[in-house]
Amino acid sequence: MERIPVLQMGRLLLVTIQVDMHDRLALTLQDDLTARITETSARGVLIDISSLEVVDSFIGRMLANIAAMSRVLDAQTVVVGMRPAVAITLVELGMSLPGVKMALNVEKGMTLLQASLSADPRVDAGSDVSARTEE
Amino acid sequence: MSTSQNQMLVRLFSVQQEDLLAQWLAELTTSGARRDDLMNESELRQQTKELLGLLQQGATAGGGDNVRSNEWSNVRNALNEMSRSRARQGFTPVQTATFVLALKRALFQRLRANNTGDAQKLGEEIWQLSEFIDQLALFTTEAYQKGREELILRQQEEMLELSTPVVKLWDGVLALPLVGTLDSARTQVVMESLLQRIVDTGAEMAIIDITGVPTVDTLVAQHLLKTVTAARLMGADCIISGIRPQIAQTIVHLGVDLQGVLSKASLADAFMIALKRTGYTVSKSRP
Repeated sequence: MERIPVLQMGRLLLVTIQVDMHDRLALTLQDDLTARITETSARGVLIDISSLEVVDSFIGRMLANIAAMSRVLDAQTVVVGMRPAVAITLVELGMSLPGVKMALNVEKGMTLLQASLSADPRVDAGSDVSARTEE
Repeated sequence: MSTSQNQMLVRLFSVQQEDLLAQWLAELTTSGARRDDLMNESELRQQTKELLGLLQQGATAGGGDNVRSNEWSNVRNALNEMSRSRARQGFTPVQTATFVLALKRALFQRLRANNTGDAQKLGEEIWQLSEFIDQLALFTTEAYQKGREELILRQQEEMLELSTPVVKLWDGVLALPLVGTLDSARTQVVMESLLQRIVDTGAEMAIIDITGVPTVDTLVAQHLLKTVTAARLMGADCIISGIRPQIAQTIVHLGVDLQGVLSKASLADAFMIALKRTGYTVSKSRP
């Protein structure tokens, strides 16, 4: 079965959606991602949707859900790379994705994630790898 | 349409065309439908000649009195072209319609000459011919109107493009000075150009300046919020600036909730905030 890979980078998870999302794929991603967050105790999730050309209300809701679920599992979510046409569609559908952090591209999204993690006193995001080796 | 009526048209348009042309031009001059400042005489002569030739062809092909029929399609196309170009050149509707109607007098004279002594037949033929020419004139007016409408539509589109520039104020800071009323069509254009510029420049801040927006009602506010939301989905924060005192009052009176969108009174203030957020500081080098 087709799956969207969830990559681990230190204490962050990286999800790159490279294919057109259909509903089943979206639900599988939800399962996979939540499982991976618990498994790796990730602190941040970055979802890259720059290849996503078609969105509907379901996919929009799924993005909002994933962000909400990650927040419950104490990981911050940043969605990056939304195309202009997709953004306009979501706005016209009345979905403003409140509570989801957005960034223009992966680089800016990474900066945003690092910044908000280092602002959080409970984690030292700058030294994830060394923190792990020390354990 | 009986064949005799068609024959009448054939006879009218075929015999002594030069005479007919001269009379037509003379009538155009006396009725004031000629605008020598807009169209010179040779061009007008050329048009009348072309139209008369086409009318003759149409009548010979058996077009009858229905100008919408296939046989008259060439005449219709030519008239269409002529009235559209007149609409662009600045002729009035009356002058454009008179271009065709001026043919009446010359044709009636011919009918009278052909039917001396038979008053009843003359009356009938004049009525038929009059109806035919009127149809042509109505068609001309319609084409003129269409030409004008196309012109207005094109100008509207041009205005739409002109009125939505997205300017880069600083690295990562865009400004969108809006001038004129925001309707849904314009919001769409504004949104598209803003989002495209965000992608192109990688901007993190966008300032929407509404100094030039005359009124802000609930619909305009909704359109503004849509634009702000779309920009946020692309990872750019928006500031709304240029809110005049009256507009601030209207917004509150209407109960419009700007949903936590940052707003500033002037573009300068908004720009300062944008610089601060992108990590720049502005300092004065001289006292």
